[in-house]
Amino acid sequence: MTPLLDVAGVTLQYKTPEHLVTATYRVDFQVFPSERFVLLGPSGCGKSSLLKAVGGFLTPVEGEIRLSGQGVERPGPDRMMVFQEFDQLPPWKTVKENVMFPLTASGKMRGREAEERARAYIAKVGLERFADVHPHMLSGGMKQRVAIARALAMEPAILLMDEPFAALDALTRRKMQEELLLLWEEARFTVLFVTHSIEEAIIVGSRILVLSPHPGRVKAELDADKFDHRAVGGEDFQRLQSRIHDMLFADRVESHG
Amino acid sequence: MAEGTAKPLPPKRSEFERALPPLGAVGDVARPLSAFERLTSLASARRIFLLLLLAAAWQAYGAWLANPLVFPPFSAVLDALWDSILNRNLLWRAWTSIVVLAKGYVIGVVLALVITALAVSTRVGSDLLSTLTAMFNPLPAIALLPIALLWFGLGETSLVFVLVHSVLWPLALNTHAGFTAVSETLRMAGRNYGLSGVRYVVLILIPAAFPSILAGLKIAWAFAWRTLIAAELVFGVSSRSGGLGWFIFENRNELNIPEVFAGLVMVILIGLAMEGVVFRAIEARTVRLWGMQR
Ligand SMILES: Nc1ncnc2c1ncn2[C@@H]1O[C@H](COP(=O)(O)OP(=O)(O)OP(=O)(O)O)[C@@H](O)[C@H]1O
Ligand SMILES: [Mg+2]
Repeated sequence: MTPLLDVAGVTLQYKTPEHLVTATYRVDFQVFPSERFVLLGPSGCGKSSLLKAVGGFLTPVEGEIRLSGQGVERPGPDRMMVFQEFDQLPPWKTVKENVMFPLTASGKMRGREAEERARAYIAKVGLERFADVHPHMLSGGMKQRVAIARALAMEPAILLMDEPFAALDALTRRKMQEELLLLWEEARFTVLFVTHSIEEAIIVGSRILVLSPHPGRVKAELDADKFDHRAVGGEDFQRLQSRIHDMLFADRVESHG
Repeated sequence: MAEGTAKPLPPKRSEFERALPPLGAVGDVARPLSAFERLTSLASARRIFLLLLLAAAWQAYGAWLANPLVFPPFSAVLDALWDSILNRNLLWRAWTSIVVLAKGYVIGVVLALVITALAVSTRVGSDLLSTLTAMFNPLPAIALLPIALLWFGLGETSLVFVLVHSVLWPLALNTHAGFTAVSETLRMAGRNYGLSGVRYVVLILIPAAFPSILAGLKIAWAFAWRTLIAAELVFGVSSRSGGLGWFIFENRNELNIPEVFAGLVMVILIGLAMEGVVFRAIEARTVRLWGMQR
């Protein structure tokens, strides 16, 4: 089997007026179709940067990113992003128009066809009643649902999610994780998911890439396919959790010692 | 324990769980507001009331002063206004001014949008824009009129040229500020859809910056209206048909002071209508509806 996404030796840097910041250093990983691939690491280790690079917003200074064999050069609708921020939805469009927007803007669909597709995906995230409402009248969780519907409606090659639930309260976050898994059961899309919560990584991910603190380097790649919410608190779950915890923690000790 | 100084602990109270009462009437039923409540909550009603108060004060002062050559009472001005509309083509004069204004305004708005769109796409463009606005924004557009007359002669073109200047710089400044304030997330979302170039500006930047653009449009409108009336006052002869400013100038020369005031009232009325009707309607359909402005 060939990987859908191949990230090979990717080093990412930011140039600021004073510094050259290396966000990640020679990161390798491969994502296969229908995987729920999680990037996990401490704050500032370059997870968002990696996702932006896959999204085409950031060009690696070293290494290469290939999607279905094609080098990634610029942003495109085959890699739909879901951001952490609630302001990712254009406020001047209703929920339905928001979901239709990428469909029509990218020229994938038009008019009625786009509208029907949008309706179907809005229904999937349970927001039929709010289809004609503007985003400012939605709660944070609902906004993230719209963002997810918008991304899924494009049926992208890969879905890129940057801590999409981090700004939500614990109950809503849990519900959204469950919903995401249900949607995945249904459509088996490929998703690259960024989080800094170990628990979320194990629940959401089928595979977890553990990154070292800044600058991010690959520390381990783990299998987490068998865990979902029902496994939380189970023995295996806890063992994996503390294993990852030790990995992240050990690093902190090293870098200070 | 028995110390009087000890702070009290929270009281122990029994726990309870209860079955929720049916939602029934709580959620949906809304009480229609009374006519008075609705009237007072209408901004336009409050403003009209204020205007009436001002008119009453004017009338009282004018009557007390009893010198119609210096300050005619409000009623005399109203008479003059009515008379000018019927017999002196005041509405036609106003229309002449508005047409000239509209030409300058539209050209100015288009130019401002084009220039700012260029400015956001290149560093040089952005530097150029900030330099030009820094130069021309503080310059009263009316000060360009003598040069405009030299270049374009007496006529509408000169007025339009000056108007374009009065619209272009403040609007460009506001639009550019609005563009640069568009959030990074929204920008990335737009580029994620594969948008770039003109489509990116039109579909993402302009609507996202619309509150600033609208503020710029309002300021530009006020600048343009002022500039036009002033230009007509000073060089009114230039446009043969003669707009509102020329009407005011003419009547002052003939010492028709109530008519002068009538002309001023007309200038103000058009300003109020623009602000209270046109811009308000645009706001209600855009930034308020979108929750971008309260
Ligand atoms: N626009 C930028 N300019 C300069 N440096 C940046 C920029 N964005 C990120 N960085 C730096 O790159 C490094 C990685 O940032 P990144 O946002 O990718 O981390 P992250 O893993 O997503 O962290 P978090 O979990 O807090 O979101 C950080 O050290 C940060 O300071
Ligand atoms: Mg991040």
